[in-house]
Amino acid sequence: MMPAPVTALFQSLTRQASGGRPSTQHTAGPAADAIARLGVGMIITAAIVFAVVMVLLVWPIIRGGSTSEDAPRVIDERRWEFRWIVVGGALVPMLILAGVFVFSLGIMRADGVPSSPYEVEVIGHQWWWEVRYPANGFVTANEIHIPVGRPVRIHLRSADVIHSFWVPQLQGKTDAITGQVNETWLQANRPGVYRGECAEFCGLQHAHMSFVVVADAQGDYDAWVANQVRPAAVPTDSSALMGQKVFLSQSCSYCHTVRGTPAGARVGPDLTHLASRRTLGAGALDNSRGNLAAWIENPDRLKPGTKMPPVPLDGATLQALVAYLETLR
Amino acid sequence: MSSTAERLTAIWEPPRSVYSWFATVDHKRIGMRYLVVSFFFLALGGLDAAFMRMQLARPESHLLTPEAYDQLFTMHGTTMIFWYASPMLSGFGNYLVPLMIGSRDMAFPRLNAFSFWTYLLSGMIHYIGITRGIAPHAGWFAYAPLTSSAYSPGYNTEFYTLALLFLAISTTAGAINFIATILTMRAPGMSLNRMPLMMWSTLTTSASIVMSLPALTAALVFLELDRRYGFHFYDPVRGGAPLLWQHLFWLFGHPWVYIIILPATGMVSMMLPTFSRRRIIGYDFVAMATVSTGLIGFGVWAHHMFATGIPHLAEGFFSAASMTVSIPSAVQIFAWLATLWAARRVERTTSMLFIVGFIVLFVIGGISGVMVASVPFDWQAHDTYFVVAHLHYVLIGMNLFPVIAAFYYWLPKMTGRMLDERLGRWNFWIMFIGMNITFFPMHILGLRGMPRRIYTYPGGLGWDRLNLIETWGAYLFALGVLLFIINVVRSQFSGAAAGSNPWKAAGLEWSVSSPPPPYNFVVIPTVASRDPLWDGHNEVGHPREERLLDESKETLGTSVLDAEPDRRLPMPEDTLLPLLLAVAITIVFLGLLFRSMLLGGGGLVAALLLTAGWMWPSNDREVTT
Amino acid sequence: MSGVIAPTDALPPGAGRLPTFGRRSRAPGWWGMVLFCATEVTLFLYFIGSWLYLRGTVTSFGAEGGHHPALGIPLTLTALLVSSSITLRWGERAIRRGDTGRLTAGLVATLVLGAAFLALQAVEYAKQEHVPQADAYWSAFYTITGFHGAHVLLGWLMLAFTLLRHTRGHFTAERHLAVENTALYWHMVDVVWIMIVSALYLAPWLW
Ligand code: HEA
Ligand code: HEA
Ligand code: HEC
Ligand code: CUA
Ligand SMILES: [Cu+2]
Repeated sequence: MMPAPVTALFQSLTRQASGGRPSTQHTAGPAADAIARLGVGMIITAAIVFAVVMVLLVWPIIRGGSTSEDAPRVIDERRWEFRWIVVGGALVPMLILAGVFVFSLGIMRADGVPSSPYEVEVIGHQWWWEVRYPANGFVTANEIHIPVGRPVRIHLRSADVIHSFWVPQLQGKTDAITGQVNETWLQANRPGVYRGECAEFCGLQHAHMSFVVVADAQGDYDAWVANQVRPAAVPTDSSALMGQKVFLSQSCSYCHTVRGTPAGARVGPDLTHLASRRTLGAGALDNSRGNLAAWIENPDRLKPGTKMPPVPLDGATLQALVAYLETLR
Repeated sequence: MSSTAERLTAIWEPPRSVYSWFATVDHKRIGMRYLVVSFFFLALGGLDAAFMRMQLARPESHLLTPEAYDQLFTMHGTTMIFWYASPMLSGFGNYLVPLMIGSRDMAFPRLNAFSFWTYLLSGMIHYIGITRGIAPHAGWFAYAPLTSSAYSPGYNTEFYTLALLFLAISTTAGAINFIATILTMRAPGMSLNRMPLMMWSTLTTSASIVMSLPALTAALVFLELDRRYGFHFYDPVRGGAPLLWQHLFWLFGHPWVYIIILPATGMVSMMLPTFSRRRIIGYDFVAMATVSTGLIGFGVWAHHMFATGIPHLAEGFFSAASMTVSIPSAVQIFAWLATLWAARRVERTTSMLFIVGFIVLFVIGGISGVMVASVPFDWQAHDTYFVVAHLHYVLIGMNLFPVIAAFYYWLPKMTGRMLDERLGRWNFWIMFIGMNITFFPMHILGLRGMPRRIYTYPGGLGWDRLNLIETWGAYLFALGVLLFIINVVRSQFSGAAAGSNPWKAAGLEWSVSSPPPPYNFVVIPTVASRDPLWDGHNEVGHPREERLLDESKETLGTSVLDAEPDRRLPMPEDTLLPLLLAVAITIVFLGLLFRSMLLGGGGLVAALLLTAGWMWPSNDREVTT
Repeated sequence: MSGVIAPTDALPPGAGRLPTFGRRSRAPGWWGMVLFCATEVTLFLYFIGSWLYLRGTVTSFGAEGGHHPALGIPLTLTALLVSSSITLRWGERAIRRGDTGRLTAGLVATLVLGAAFLALQAVEYAKQEHVPQADAYWSAFYTITGFHGAHVLLGWLMLAFTLLRHTRGHFTAERHLAVENTALYWHMVDVVWIMIVSALYLAPWLW
């Protein structure tokens, strides 16, 4: 729709280099592409309208004019009213607005949720995302994998307050509303990691409620699914084995699930394949050994207000626990 | 024998004393107080913003805790929307409406005083929390269930709910007062189609308040019952619906955003023709546009809810309605442009500069409004800084800029002193540039995916530099506001004397001295056109006794359509009742806040008794109504 | 520009000092009360709108005990309130002719009927098997009818106050704005009740 150089210019304005930046203009999927084109079209229209109005506004101000005469100019007010107000103020804007409306409506209609074999349930929690793959029977958190080039249906729910599910590069946002199931869909046309965010204010850590959408080539996707389906491996080295005991004996198991162990609670994120994920605490931290230890020691320091309590452990126990969690690939 | 003016002064001006300070019912003094207090709230809200911008200047900033940031942006939004934007315009309305229509006061002067006191006291209740770090923290639209007792235990949300319920009393009383005044007290000859355009916008605004504020009241009552008494309006587990809050809130909220700009556009329609030295082109169109903006404004609320999963058909409808409501705005803009073009010369006063700035910002903010009215675009832009940009362009552009223009224009009338034009120019350019530096980049940030209401953000997402620029812009803007304050203060000491009509304007308010005498008009004037001081119409012969009204505190009541003299309206003397009633109601709300039956019940009984006292005629003269 | 209105020729001769009661238009106070009623009616419209919204979107709304509410008491309540409006109107018309006696009778009758309404409303509450905390249906039921009851009470106090003023001889054929305003308020409360009965009690029987 838009000439390529214009789009390029615009993209450079909303500068965007490597992946991971959540720009609505550097899109990677059909839904966001269409909206980005609509946006560029509207911004160009807006710029023209703005420029015209500015000329009309500024010229009479700067033009100066006679000071001596006090009586107003004699004009045919009816003619002026017709030209300026009826035509300029009503008819022309009406036409432009009708155009904008029709284009928008078209894109809106095309954005219906398509049918697809890929379905994911996403549940917003204060302040993390539970991600379920019902067809495959596993649960993960804050990271959604989708196969490239395929639409994936998302069923959105909330466990507490209202959140909003948003992946700027792929799709506009849809709220996850308490007591209601909303639907949306995602499709990425090229492999990549796309940042997603909670867009509805949901309390203290609304700022740290991001997630990633990973678009994999079909093979990678299948491999990922196959790994997620597996229960957690039984740890082999002694430190990890001790860590597992700690995990099961401490409060951790009151809140978390590790499939393949007795821990089966659903208060916090499923940790079965924690080590395969990119971030901790819904994007608050990178998933590294140090961060993991720091998180368990005092999550509130890293993400003030988080619902996970600090669990007091001595250094060795903590190291063992972390060693165990590191095995959950 | 004393002159009429002396007799009137004796009747209308009680000796200044502490008592009269608390008891006054003079619309000019009340209007002035509204202006001062709402400006103070602007500074408070601006201070909140200054802290927020400090926090947002850099990524991963830890200056503020999330709890503090949440309270700041909530207080910022509610303060600006409820305790600054609308009361500021009520201040101008209170001061100017009687003067513009040739009356000696508002229809219900005591109610007017009551509105002011309740406004002030509700603002104080709203701010109790911040002194102890427990201010409201769920945003200015406070979506359920985040505000329910489960997710917001404690006092925070109580301050929001109760202060707003309280403020609603003040605002409703004010709106009723404006409508009754404009309909029944216009000077003889000022038929509806000769009213100053600001009267059309004040009428529209007041009617919108009467019809939209109850939606907020209903929403807040439900919320308070849910929180306090375990009701289930917003609880989906027990048959309630969180979206009910959103529908009610925005059913109120969107009309409200027009409520806080229409009087300002009305003021522009008064000022701009003065500086163009000709009458406005398209009076009927502007009046009609004003009324239809108010009306259509009731049919667009769900455009704040495009991401909630309401059916596409409904989204299409609300999108279309939102585009439709832009047409009257465009009509107004083009009427002003035509007036400028038809002028021989436009006087470039500071006031006029602010009006030009207003139009520029209005167009930008209006167009970004149209963009978010496009459903698919809003799916991306919703709840990002793009919306924050939109709302500041329209709010600052269409409320604050006209307000500053109006201060430069009418403050000389109120105080008798001109503001400094040279400082005024600095004032304008710094505010205008600061405003754009602060808020224009927010559009880009929004398109780059920055959500709103986040207390901090990671670096490296392309948001860092723009945020830093915005923060500097915000301080520049604040400097502009400071210059304005300096200009006002200075004018009181060294400002040139204003004279009765410094701008050679057309309205009745310019026919009296600056500042106006307590009774406004020695004789109620007559009006023969829309521009009374420009049309060469003069009082001939002796004023009829019916317009003189110099025997007791009275003004003239006229008929609704044609403003024909119809009755004498006795005006009340100074009284403490409004203040006492406001205090009694404050006690009721404090009782609700702290769950004290004693306070609540005692306050209620006191309020009822005071109301009865208010309604009971205090002397024979008052029995007459 | 346009013509000059000489201040002496626009008016009937002999107008002189105007009375405080108008002949051509309504008093500011009347407008005040009309607008106050308008905002009150709007509040109830939002209440009832919320009720209908919940009814339309929540399937479980009213599932427990709300399907077919008993109509006996509500219809009696309606009859009481409507007849109280009639008695008030009857008294109000009398004062326009200066008939103070009939105004007294009208006010007293209205007060009695209003009190009966409040008493019967209390019976209606006592008969309910659910508390407002049961679910959203009962929350809304009690909130809406309770708010209305509070308005009846307020109207009743206004009537009593008007009666008190009447006994002091404040009202005459020309000057009785307070009577008119109180009546306006009372009729408003009546109209609101009819809306409430239709939405809360009758609608479930109809669809
Ligand atoms: C002063 C208050 C004010 C005003 C006047 C407006 C005016 C408009 N607003 Fe705005 N709005 C707000 C205050 C206001 N708004 C606030 C506070 C919010 C955010 C609330 C929150 O979430 O916190 C908001 C949010 C908001 C949203 C929701 C965004 C979101 O949350 O996702 C939408 C969506 O439709 C919208 C639309 C509009 C439209 C169409 C107008 C129109 O009335 C604009 C009409 C004006 C013009 C169009 C310009 C003049 C016309 C011309 C120059 C002619 C040529 C123009 C064309 C051909 C287009 N507004
Ligand atoms: C009329 C309304 C109005 C006005 C004027 C402003 C003015 C400003 N606003 Fe505000 N803003 C809103 C209404 C308004 N805002 C609303 C409704 C929201 C949404 C809230 C929500 O999400 O719930 C919002 C949200 C909002 C945000 C988004 C917060 C977030 O989503 O996380 C930001 C961020 O930068 C911001 C910044 C500013 C700034 C920098 C100013 C500046 O213009 C302020 C300039 C400073 C001053 C005016 C003070 C100057 C005073 C002096 C110099 C005097 C000295 C002081 C004393 C003597 C006491 N505002
Ligand atoms: C009271 C419940 C609770 C307990 C007990 C608890 N957690 Fe958590 N945990 C949570 C919640 C809730 C989150 C999500 C926090 C967030 O992102 O805001 C979480 C997050 C985590 C995460 C990050 C997961 C991710 O994908 O981001 C790890 C790792 C973790 N917990 C480990 C532990 C360990 C180890 C223990 C015990 C020593 C433990 N938790 C005890 C509730 C709990
Ligand atoms: Cu979840 Cu914001
Ligand atoms: Cu809106």
